[in-house]
Amino acid sequence: MNFTPTKEQDMVRQMVREFAETEVKPIAAEIDEKAEYPYDTVAKAAKLGLLGMPFPEEYGGGATDYISYIIAVEELSRVCGSHGVIVQTHCALCCWPIMTYGTQEQKDKYLPDLVSGKKLGAFGLTEPNAGTDAAGIQTRAVDKGDHWLLNGSKIFISGGGIADVYVIMAMTDKSKGTRGISSFIVEKGMPGFTVPKHENKMGIRGSLAGELVFEDVKLPKENLLGDLGKGFKVAMTSLDVGRLGIGAQALGIAQGAFDETVTYMKSRKQFGKSLDKFQALAFEMAEMRNRIDMSRLMLYKACDLRTKGLPSTVAAAQAKLACSETAMYVTTKAVQFHGGYGYIKDYPIERMMRDAKITEIYEGTSEVMKMVISGDIFK
Amino acid sequence: MKIIVCAKQVPDTTEIRINPETGTLIRDGVPSILNPDDSNALEEALRIKDEYPDTHVTVISMGPPQAKEMLMECMAKGADECILISDRAVGGSDTWATSNAIAAAVRKVGAFDLIFAGRQAIDGDTAQVGPQIAEKLGLPQVTYVKEMELVDCEKAVMVKRALEDGYQEIKVELPCMLTAIKDLNKPRYMSVKGIFKACQPDAPIRTWSAADIEVDLGTVGLKASPTNVYKSFTPKPKDPGVFVEGETPSEQVENLLSELKKKHIV
Amino acid sequence: MDQMKFSDYKDIWVFAEQRNGVLANVATELLSEGYRLSREMDSNTKVCAVIVGSDVSGLAKDCFAYGADSVILIEHPLLETYTTDAYTKVICDAIGQYKPEIVLYGATYIGRDLAPRIAARLDVGLTADCTHLDVKVASYIRYAQENTTLDTSSLDPADPDTSLLMTRPAFGGNLMATIISRNTRPQMSTVRPGVMSRIDARENASGEVIRIEPALAESDIRTQVLKAVKAAKELVNLSDADIIVSGGRGLHSPEGFRLIKDLADKVGGVVGASRAAVDAGWIDPSHQVGQTGTTVKPQIYIACGISGAIQHLAGMQNSKIIIAVNKDPEAPMMTLADYAIVGDLYKVIPEMIAQW
Repeated sequence: MNFTPTKEQDMVRQMVREFAETEVKPIAAEIDEKAEYPYDTVAKAAKLGLLGMPFPEEYGGGATDYISYIIAVEELSRVCGSHGVIVQTHCALCCWPIMTYGTQEQKDKYLPDLVSGKKLGAFGLTEPNAGTDAAGIQTRAVDKGDHWLLNGSKIFISGGGIADVYVIMAMTDKSKGTRGISSFIVEKGMPGFTVPKHENKMGIRGSLAGELVFEDVKLPKENLLGDLGKGFKVAMTSLDVGRLGIGAQALGIAQGAFDETVTYMKSRKQFGKSLDKFQALAFEMAEMRNRIDMSRLMLYKACDLRTKGLPSTVAAAQAKLACSETAMYVTTKAVQFHGGYGYIKDYPIERMMRDAKITEIYEGTSEVMKMVISGDIFK
Repeated sequence: MKIIVCAKQVPDTTEIRINPETGTLIRDGVPSILNPDDSNALEEALRIKDEYPDTHVTVISMGPPQAKEMLMECMAKGADECILISDRAVGGSDTWATSNAIAAAVRKVGAFDLIFAGRQAIDGDTAQVGPQIAEKLGLPQVTYVKEMELVDCEKAVMVKRALEDGYQEIKVELPCMLTAIKDLNKPRYMSVKGIFKACQPDAPIRTWSAADIEVDLGTVGLKASPTNVYKSFTPKPKDPGVFVEGETPSEQVENLLSELKKKHIV
Repeated sequence: MDQMKFSDYKDIWVFAEQRNGVLANVATELLSEGYRLSREMDSNTKVCAVIVGSDVSGLAKDCFAYGADSVILIEHPLLETYTTDAYTKVICDAIGQYKPEIVLYGATYIGRDLAPRIAARLDVGLTADCTHLDVKVASYIRYAQENTTLDTSSLDPADPDTSLLMTRPAFGGNLMATIISRNTRPQMSTVRPGVMSRIDARENASGEVIRIEPALAESDIRTQVLKAVKAAKELVNLSDADIIVSGGRGLHSPEGFRLIKDLADKVGGVVGASRAAVDAGWIDPSHQVGQTGTTVKPQIYIACGISGAIQHLAGMQNSKIIIAVNKDPEAPMMTLADYAIVGDLYKVIPEMIAQW
């Protein structure tokens, strides 16, 4: 067992923190307020290699371990949850399934541009009538001999309309339930593929979530990703990786709120002394620190399993559950500690609390995480 | 072309606090960083490398073994090679002795076209080592460089040298020493690939001893240094604030200014 | 290093920096400081101004007025504009010839280029950016006791040593160090402009003017100064500013910022604002200091009509010196301030503009 970060991991944290503090922090409130996608900073992050960290060098990736990658997501999220999810969605839910399930041709065609950040990726599973219950998806792909014909719609898709490459789950055989789901690579600009609207969200407002509509989209045969009928597996294994990223996002938000609160407590004076001198509050901070550190250990452990190629589904679910609940706990307390100032937009705390909430919902709700974990207990 | 960058690892002086009880510096937990002006010096070298890809950038530093971490950062930003002069024999060097050691290392590295240094380091703020290396190597120098470009088929540079109230445009032939100020550029971040390259066990980050650089031991280290610390101390802790006395605004301002002048604030 | 014969070295030299034939303020400050030091040393020690340039003999008069006993005048057409090579050469030659005991330079953009080069050529010590100088231990003890935390019990006020004690800030001003160059001569330091106080000008003072004909050729100068451009001090941004003058709700109107700007111009600072003033639309948000605006750490922060809400304090509380002007002595900003002036800012600020 080894709890010491490697030199690489330390340097990645230093680099991303510097980048996040200098480039991302100053715009975080604005992209939240205006619900604007941060094209400039995402392009800058791409130049540093942050959009392709855990992928092979042959495609231009950083060939890093998963903890290094997760530290990058964590540090971005520490100042801006939107940036964290932008990087994580792109990496875990688009680059990863193409790298893992793609044919050599698909990998050669898509990975270099995705990994370098020249193109951005997204992932489409959720539909108006199918979220947690994936078997209910109604988007259909029909084999037309020389092409697939795609019809249906997806909602709440992170990066929808922004991304260039989409990994889309569609029914190819309704009778088989989840075994009738296949995954496809859909590209922005294909005739019949539109993004009619973006959601007006509570948090992570800089990461746009769009509705995807497919009307008779003709997909080349070679755009089937993975085997026919194995789309559910593609989706579930991608989400296993994604949950590490969402855990990192949640952890980063918690750490950011915690750090802001420490600074605030040292400078805010009430009843003649600064807040950190009130033991009741200081003890609460100790509790928060503990929850953050426990969550971090669970997350890094899950990443370590992933790097080593060991089974990590349950560990990832545990980590995601712990990190997202910690994020909600810490940000709620942080707002409370800031008092009225925590409730107004002059301080980043209320944004962090809004951003934190989604981490208990997307890429598997806390309830789904408990299904995975309890399923493992009573298997 | 071959470029040498002189860099120093320094404590982040903005993070240093004074222990109110003992009046001593609290250096625990103060991060060590690449000196800010040196980071501008490195950036300028890397920009030249971006434009002329066959450029080779060597970073030279002097300091304790842990300064290697700063050199790894330089490499993660794009430097080709790093050299750390680390030896008890050079410990405690003042600026004169430091310049002797670095000049010796530069000679050891061999031919070069340009040397960059930061104007000054934030721990000492002397701005002396750059010019003194130039003198020891017999090179022309331009300090306080805020803009530069290579001219005459990369045989000379045109620089803007900052002055308090403007700047001079100066042309100087290579090789020469330029010292960088913050206005010169915006330093890049490390990159993911750079980090993993710098962390390879065979990364070209070398540590040289005093013997390696073949420096005269009578010109380096604490004993050889012509300046020595006689006493060091912390300034008096900040006085609690005062209400400025005076019957009229005019008197108040007069008293304020005389107080500020007495304390050398203005 | 050759063993120097210290008894050969005498007098205090001041590099009397001039630009375009105008003496720098720091030159007269240093002459005054040299005058003060020389009078603490033995009676044979003289203060000498070294004027380097082309057609600059007229500056000698001012040097005498502010403390010089003599002037060394080094004139040559190639010295008209400052170049490191030419100035280093002629000053090193002069030092070699006359052997001063102490040489002082202003810590200007030129002094800090020149002095280290000379020190390296002569292989002598140099201390940068000094803020205090002493030649007598007794004087040093007095200074230390009044201004520092230094324990002076180990120092002997009767110590006959007259080595130059050069005190300077380090670690961003968190630490002060007194430096000594016992084993090399001359002892040299650069001194921060504006720190040493000038003596009252001595009307009609005069002294010996020693002219040196420098041996200088164009080939000695490897840098070519193509032009010098005077630029109005660039608008510094808030986070880099040494002095910030900020206005808040107490201004009561956008016109108040004209007054703030006038004061900022006078003191060489930039204009800041509190959120209240920005929200009121009196000034552009780019001027806002505080949690939502810029975090600043200037040498001097002048808060005018700013009560000191925590968002604002968070952005400026690490300023070195805080001066507050406010009607309300109880305002948090007034508690935080080093110097608080209770009064009407529309009466106080014009006085500051007039008197600063």
